[in-house]
Amino acid sequence: MYNPFSLEGKTILVTGASSGIGRGTAIECSKMGAKVVLTARNVERLNETLKLMEGEGHVILDGNLTVEAELNSILERMPALNGVVHCAGVSQIKLVKFLDKGFIQGVFDVNVFAPLTLNTALLKKKKIKKNSSIVFISSISGVYASQVGEAGYGATKAALVGYAKSAAIELAVQGTRVNCIHPGVVETPLLNVSNGTFSEEDLENLKKKYPLKRFGQPVDVARCVVYLLSDASSWMTGSNLLLDGGFTLS
Amino acid sequence: MKLNEFVKAFTAEFEETDESVFSPATDYKSLEEWGSLTALSIISMIDNEMDKTITGADLRACTTIEELHNLIQTKE
Repeated sequence: MYNPFSLEGKTILVTGASSGIGRGTAIECSKMGAKVVLTARNVERLNETLKLMEGEGHVILDGNLTVEAELNSILERMPALNGVVHCAGVSQIKLVKFLDKGFIQGVFDVNVFAPLTLNTALLKKKKIKKNSSIVFISSISGVYASQVGEAGYGATKAALVGYAKSAAIELAVQGTRVNCIHPGVVETPLLNVSNGTFSEEDLENLKKKYPLKRFGQPVDVARCVVYLLSDASSWMTGSNLLLDGGFTLS
Repeated sequence: MKLNEFVKAFTAEFEETDESVFSPATDYKSLEEWGSLTALSIISMIDNEMDKTITGADLRACTTIEELHNLIQTKE
């Protein structure tokens, strides 16, 4: 059957594959025929992701990407890739006047330094094949919108956009494409963490601001990722795909 | 952090409300300036100054500053 969105024959690295958008992406990529390399710190939860996936040949490489020795160990075992999806990230709410160096460093380490240095290492070790696709999970926070307490998080998500644009130009020589996806609120464990700060009522009120009357699900983001990884998007690079149920319209 | 120091630190997070309003018995959620921004300020202050993590739910569960101070003592 004609299917330009197929990932058959592609090997895709998904970071942060132990939960949320990363897990949803790994599952969806497997359903579209990809072999998936899953990374995250928690091997148990990576195994749970693996159980939800289809097909054969998936690989778990657990470790902390912000720790150089663990990153190196992951790289040694890394197969050649046709795509990379940077899903690993943290979201912490803190007001501007409390943004100390330690906090800023912490959120940038995970959301920016880890994916960028991973790209550098993958490219140096020639793990990224020609005509590959690199996808960053950014956010509506940063470039498109923001909320109280999201200055640190938004700064990291905006940083990815700047990086992706230049990387898209440089890697175009190899036919490799680099794009960002900007989801609105997605129902993931990351959201539950902030649940302590926001009441159920706050979240319900926020949901009403979405014209499509719901938050995103990991699979919503995963299907955008599939598009960007597939040959269907082979003329798309340096782009920012907004995925927010219409939130930023109003 | 002792209760009187806590009241002082709590007070410092408010920009508009007069200092004289604040005491251990103050019902902080009834203050005009109370809202999501001040709530986050208090959470961040407790995190930075006392190295304790409280949630929005904790803030909603307490009435007075003293009650909140007591609750913080039970946190890891």
